[in-house]
Amino acid sequence: MNRRKLIELVGAPIAAFVVAVVLSSIVLLVTGYNPLDAYNAMWQHINGTDPMVDAINDAAPYYVSGLAAAIGFKMGLFNIGVEGQYHMAAFWAAVIGAKLSLPPAIQLPAILLIAMVGGALWASVPAVLAVKRNVNVVIATIMLNSITISLLSLWQKDSHFRFRNNVNDLIPKTKLLPRSGWMPDLNAMIEKFGFHFPASTRLHGYIVVAAIVGVVFYMLVWRTRFGFDLRMSGANPSAARAAGVSPNRMIMVTMLMSGALAGLVGMGQMLSQGHLYGDQFPLGLGFAGIAVALLGRNHPVGIAFAAFVWSALEIASIGLSGAHIPQEIARIMQGTLLLSAMIVYEIIKRRNAAAGVRAAAHATAALATEVQPV
Amino acid sequence: MSDAVAIELRGISKRFPGVIANDGVDLIVDRGSIHAIVGENGAGKSTLMKILYGEQPPDEGTITVEGTLRSFKSPRDAIAAGIGMVHQHFLLAGNLTVIENIILGDEPGKRWRLDIDGARARIVALGERYGLHVDPDATIEELGVGARQRVEILKVLYRGAKILILDEPTAVLVPHEVDELFASLRGLTTEGVTAIFISHKLDEVLAIADAITVIRAGRTVAHVLPSDVDAHRLAELMIGSELPTPETREDTVRSEVVFALVGLGLHEGERVVLADIDVTVHAGEIVGIAGVEGNGQREMLDIVIGIRRPDAGSIELEHEDVTSLSTRHRRELGLGYIPEDRHHDGLVLDAPLWENIMLGHQTQKPFVNGPWINKEGAIARTREVITAFDVRTPGPEVAAVALSGGNQQKLLIGREMMTEPKVLVAAHPTRGIDVGAQAVAWDAIRDARAAGLGVLLISADLDELIGLSDSLLVIYKGRIVAHLDPAHITPGELGSYMTGAHIESVDAGAAR
Repeated sequence: MNRRKLIELVGAPIAAFVVAVVLSSIVLLVTGYNPLDAYNAMWQHINGTDPMVDAINDAAPYYVSGLAAAIGFKMGLFNIGVEGQYHMAAFWAAVIGAKLSLPPAIQLPAILLIAMVGGALWASVPAVLAVKRNVNVVIATIMLNSITISLLSLWQKDSHFRFRNNVNDLIPKTKLLPRSGWMPDLNAMIEKFGFHFPASTRLHGYIVVAAIVGVVFYMLVWRTRFGFDLRMSGANPSAARAAGVSPNRMIMVTMLMSGALAGLVGMGQMLSQGHLYGDQFPLGLGFAGIAVALLGRNHPVGIAFAAFVWSALEIASIGLSGAHIPQEIARIMQGTLLLSAMIVYEIIKRRNAAAGVRAAAHATAALATEVQPV
Repeated sequence: MSDAVAIELRGISKRFPGVIANDGVDLIVDRGSIHAIVGENGAGKSTLMKILYGEQPPDEGTITVEGTLRSFKSPRDAIAAGIGMVHQHFLLAGNLTVIENIILGDEPGKRWRLDIDGARARIVALGERYGLHVDPDATIEELGVGARQRVEILKVLYRGAKILILDEPTAVLVPHEVDELFASLRGLTTEGVTAIFISHKLDEVLAIADAITVIRAGRTVAHVLPSDVDAHRLAELMIGSELPTPETREDTVRSEVVFALVGLGLHEGERVVLADIDVTVHAGEIVGIAGVEGNGQREMLDIVIGIRRPDAGSIELEHEDVTSLSTRHRRELGLGYIPEDRHHDGLVLDAPLWENIMLGHQTQKPFVNGPWINKEGAIARTREVITAFDVRTPGPEVAAVALSGGNQQKLLIGREMMTEPKVLVAAHPTRGIDVGAQAVAWDAIRDARAAGLGVLLISADLDELIGLSDSLLVIYKGRIVAHLDPAHITPGELGSYMTGAHIESVDAGAAR
């Protein structure tokens, strides 16, 4: 049993990775590139303290985004709107955060809270539509993504929000957050443990936020009654309903939670890097989160690995341009990795189910032989 | 080998790691006969039928069909050899017509043209020939359970089957539908079709079968003719002990009312689904609701457990009006519920047993401490249920999907009974489970009744209804049309009340 668990936990992702590498190699060979050159170029670019730290920094928003998607997936609710929700949340966190001037110990949590509330409020739109009007959550959230991005570019042009942080600013953006809203990096802490980073390298403090969210996510979903209701609703909605779980309430609460987590996705950029919302604010973290959640099987530990692999591939892909190989090959690897992981996980699920049936049949047979014939 | 033999299985063995499902099973079925296979759940009937239908290869043994030795790699091979399976759970698309369902996967016509008219002619001809009457242009949704089953049989015959395997075909039928099915089967066999009939219901087996094979623990224990045995002897052969009965004759009914439905009404658009439903359940009383499926029972259940609101009337639990309370609140007040469909509404199949034991009671001790799940408490309770209700499982961490149907049902019944409900709403509590599990379920309900539990029992098994109930109501077209004393009624009489035959006299009685 334990050996089976180990194979499942370690073997499955490795198998998926091998399949992805094989498929990507075929694509490379067909298009006339040497796969070994490509992988070597990628490895050379990621191998080092600096790119590794970058990969960890970039993995954190993927991780939070993955958790935001995963909490919905756990109850069979597909919030495809994380993308729009984190943008909306980041915009308001920037606008309101820039107006606040509090000590860092209050300013930082306040901005995080604003972002969570913003994300949750924006996610409540499809949630209310689903509960009151029976509108499909997937469709509503996808539609809202486009609406959000357009709405935000409209608002950025509005004189209320637009701000020139210096005279050369022509691109619309919000006011820079005050220093008290900048999250300190973890370099000082790391150095206490005896590691020394190159001067240019910063390990973002946002990683701590991501880690806390991961722990809270695990406790909530697997250890609380609410999490039980959530998981049962996802696994069998009608049985959960007959057991007293209100489907509408679950949709509402789960969407709000997913939206609140989505609100935190953009805070890595906001608090540790750019400190404002503008046209340069990263796009696509929400969609990547869906992939990362699936790859990590909706489990906080799995999602952590998935987020790191995802961001490491992104960073390694930069090395490909040096070897004159299209960077898209890394995208293909991400895609094939996701597909092969889905297949491997399904195979394992079926094997486990079959093993369970055999064990139960064994228990039944052992008891049946005790019955004496007439 | 005789010409009259349709199927001959010799020495069929099938082993799964750690368990022998079939151990040298022999089965000889004469052409044009109805051959019943009986045995407890887990005795190996299903495995044997899967082998015959090509779903699993046997480890040992031979399959001879119409005198030819066969080796099936898939059901496709079995179908080609003239063997068809009528599944217990219908595999029909509800929004398609009868014709579309029958031709699905075997569409007539050439290239891009679909020959619907040709198919209709063939289906009508098949129906005429075998006495399987069904409107070929009706959608499945419009049909009753009996008609749907005829569609399933037609589907198999359409593919040229001469040998039918019917997996518990009567489990979903009411008495008059069973009679119709048996008449159809007789019609089929006179036309040379052979039927293999799997069932738990020994009376039915004795009524319809030409020959009976009894399987126990993977072995053929007897091959008998129905004229040589009675239900008791068959049961002994099947399980090696007395057949349990649902009878509860000692009176435990107390004066206090624990549960009542008062003037319940429900409309769907213009259609009256339920009207003036009055039901009173006393402590220690089992009130049975008899009725042909689709007469409002499902809607009544939904209203009782609180996933649907009535248009009129109220629900009272221990004198408290719970009409506006949520399902969870009602459950916390002591409403136990055994749903009609355990897979759909009762269990989360992928979840371990201990999580399934919590389900429906996850706000109560010992399953939670405040907002936190108490896994140790849930596991301990699960072990208690496993012991008390004889659930055969390797342990509480196994997923529910691994258990056989009877064991799943015992788990479900145990889950509700162990929380000591005030009122139990049980829908078809023993549907599709073997006599052993049935006995466990009946004992549990009887014991709780003696301790003061009020039970609302909805069942299609008339013997169960008559045997267990202290009082019996008949629901017909959404109304309670008869109030009967189970001590003075036979299944036949009850059946005629259920089809509305006695309504005139009841109306006359009410007018008086």
